[in-house]
Amino acid sequence: MTGLRYVYAVCRPFGAPLQAQLTGVGGAPPALLHHHGLVAVVSTVPEADFAEDALRARLEDLDWLTATARAHQGVIDALTTVTTPLPLRLATVFRDDSGVRTMIEAREDEFRRTLDRLEGRVEWGVKVYADIAPAQPERPAAKPASGRDYLRQRRAQTRSHENMWQKAEEFADRLHRLLSERGEDSRLHAPQNPALSGVSGRNVLNAAYLVPRAHSEEFVEIVDRAKDETPGLRVELTGPWAPYSFAGDAGAQAPREGEREGAREGEGGEGT
Amino acid sequence: MTTPSRLPEPYAQGGGANLADILERVLDKGIVIAGDIRINLLDIELLTVKLRLIVASVDKAKEMGIDWWETDPALSSSARRDELARENAELRERLARLEELELGTGRAHREET
Repeated sequence: MTGLRYVYAVCRPFGAPLQAQLTGVGGAPPALLHHHGLVAVVSTVPEADFAEDALRARLEDLDWLTATARAHQGVIDALTTVTTPLPLRLATVFRDDSGVRTMIEAREDEFRRTLDRLEGRVEWGVKVYADIAPAQPERPAAKPASGRDYLRQRRAQTRSHENMWQKAEEFADRLHRLLSERGEDSRLHAPQNPALSGVSGRNVLNAAYLVPRAHSEEFVEIVDRAKDETPGLRVELTGPWAPYSFAGDAGAQAPREGEREGAREGEGGEGT
Repeated sequence: MTTPSRLPEPYAQGGGANLADILERVLDKGIVIAGDIRINLLDIELLTVKLRLIVASVDKAKEMGIDWWETDPALSSSARRDELARENAELRERLARLEELELGTGRAHREET
């Protein structure tokens, strides 16, 4: 059976072994490919799933995509416990090891620069959800006695609803400012869609912060303190992640040839 | 499929972050390298509108013409103003209709007497 080389991440050589039972995409154990003083973390994936046409079809399958994304993240996660990996985007696939080596050679300076910048840092995800019931125009608290009453009630409702949203926005702004000062860098992501996150409440802040490992405990405490600050607002912390949101900074590098063709606008760019 | 166990990990729920957290990172973040197998993840049909929305960063989504949060009253103050304006117009219209009706019945009364 022929296999292709799936690359999860690039990192510097590290002493600690990977977890023995660690499996990657499709259940194969990840291996380390050393080249030019860097390490590519790779595993073998079947051509039946990862050749171009097959992959395109597979990616349309949400279950397969979910399993693959989780496996990818699982390997990155395991690496994060022993080193600072540069995560590659899902489904970065080469024909064989020599293709991976060529890629490392072509980009080693950039990898080293990014590794230096991110060394010893992790990413923390912070989201704020607002549990605010929608305004209910058809159901006033008491039956209005007159049109004037109705309008007055309506106005009061709208105003209190407005106030709640304003409070949520202000809280999110304030928290983001506070955390941005503590982190070395930050990124704002698009609010998450509840259909996929399965989380209740409206996502009013979805941010990522780059934090030195040594300062993580302090950072987590600050987020914890914010959790009970305002009723109706929920703060959620995820991580520590590999520095996903900070590894692919377009600002730090010129556009690379070969990658922009056919790419959508904004490819490689980041929200600021 | 099993996710490899992590080191002590008190912050994410249920052995990991939610699917949206993972997808927005592995599909949209991280280093983009054109491998031998060239697939542009954003061209995958599944990742249209909704899923793209989830994984695309705000600016990128805007470039793609995805801007639902700008018209969603819950997320955008300008959309909330629009909603108020709409409601206002609707109320005016209802008032006008009522006045017309009132006028009509008044006239009918006069004609009867």
